[in-house]
Amino acid sequence: MNAPGTPLVVLDHVNKHYGDLHVLNDITLTIGRGEVVVVIGPSGSGKSTLCRAINRLETIDDGTISIDGEALPSEGAALAKLRAKVGMVFQSFNLFAHKTILQNVTIGPIRVSKKSKSEADAAARKLLERVGVANQADKMPSQLSGGQQQRVAIARALAMQPTVMLFDEPTSALDPEMINEVLDVMVGLAKDGMTMIVVTHEMGFARKAADRVIFMAEGRILEDTTPAEFFDHPTSDRAKDFLSKILTH
Amino acid sequence: MVIFDNLPLYFEAFLQTLSLLLLTTLFALPLGTVIAAMRISPIGSLRATATVYTEILRNTPLVLVFIFCFVVLPILGVVLPFMFSAVLALTLYTAPFFAEAIRSGINGVPVGQAEAARSVGMTFGQTVTLVVLPQAIRSVIPPIINVMIALTKNTSIAGGFFIFELFNSGRRLVNDNGDQVIAVLVGVAIFYLLITIPLGQLADYLERRVVIKR
Repeated sequence: MNAPGTPLVVLDHVNKHYGDLHVLNDITLTIGRGEVVVVIGPSGSGKSTLCRAINRLETIDDGTISIDGEALPSEGAALAKLRAKVGMVFQSFNLFAHKTILQNVTIGPIRVSKKSKSEADAAARKLLERVGVANQADKMPSQLSGGQQQRVAIARALAMQPTVMLFDEPTSALDPEMINEVLDVMVGLAKDGMTMIVVTHEMGFARKAADRVIFMAEGRILEDTTPAEFFDHPTSDRAKDFLSKILTH
Repeated sequence: MVIFDNLPLYFEAFLQTLSLLLLTTLFALPLGTVIAAMRISPIGSLRATATVYTEILRNTPLVLVFIFCFVVLPILGVVLPFMFSAVLALTLYTAPFFAEAIRSGINGVPVGQAEAARSVGMTFGQTVTLVVLPQAIRSVIPPIINVMIALTKNTSIAGGFFIFELFNSGRRLVNDNGDQVIAVLVGVAIFYLLITIPLGQLADYLERRVVIKR
């Protein structure tokens, strides 16, 4: 069941409303193992909600979401266990402000996976090395730049050895000169075969690393195709309009 | 010199002020924590009750609360020892201030911290104890100490209600030593400062030491 391409994340007729707003409108979507899927769309299209629904930071009204063949449990220990296998990277980093960089990466393995401190420390230092912030291990999050913090956040998620990684606009809060250092880490992950769902406006990343692009507007998936196809031959008017607005500058 | 001649009296009154402060904190801090929890709870009726209580007590002069405990309650048939009534009045009045300090501390922890904790696979209990509370408590300690400083000064109201604390001792010494009023009052002030200045410095110290940068 671990062969590339077998279904890993499956959404089936998922709906969610915020009052009158239908943020997720009958979303059906299958993401295969090893796939890198970029979700783009105008703000308010439901793309962040979709991403957050996959590890149940947002509840859904109806439909089902399953990960690795297992339906998403409601609150409780089972949900916590499943979340441990789903890495999440936020727009605003959300590093634990009262913990050092190293502790941010080890707290999950130690407290959730019950690893020994020495084992967790060694693994964390390797991960920090991989994302290029090994020399910051003993600092507090506030002492790092945004780009560094986001790379630590990626390391924190990877420390749980997730089967899928969710990125919710990971570069939107960054200064322009820091975006690439984060994208480079993400491209590296994609090349290593990580399953990734990335909500982003970074078209360069989509072209370079994505297997699929999903375009959302008003809570629906309007396009689901390859990056080349999407950027060069969008089929829906909404996508054409969106692309013309972001690509003319 | 009147201060040194009456040191035992000052000291007795100082201990009374100190016990008012400590007893009130002992009761008002847990009560305040409960009120703070009610105010952030998802249950509307709890929120409303806590909000009404907070707003009424916080915006009423302390003397009125004392009169309620020392005059109204006995009329209603509830007769309590004076010290008990004084601690009750101070507790009722101070708890909402503690509650607001605690609530602002919890609200000051960004939602993203809890979301990140849950995303790493922590249970609700782990999220609260490992991530939210450690951050809330740090930012809550300095304002809690400030409430205690205000409380120290507020205990003087009890001096008008039969409790022999610092303010009351000053009144008695002024009556007995009409020619040394200034010295008597300086003595009273010094004993208050013995409590409030160290508390203030503790707050400053903790503020520098433990408040987390974001």
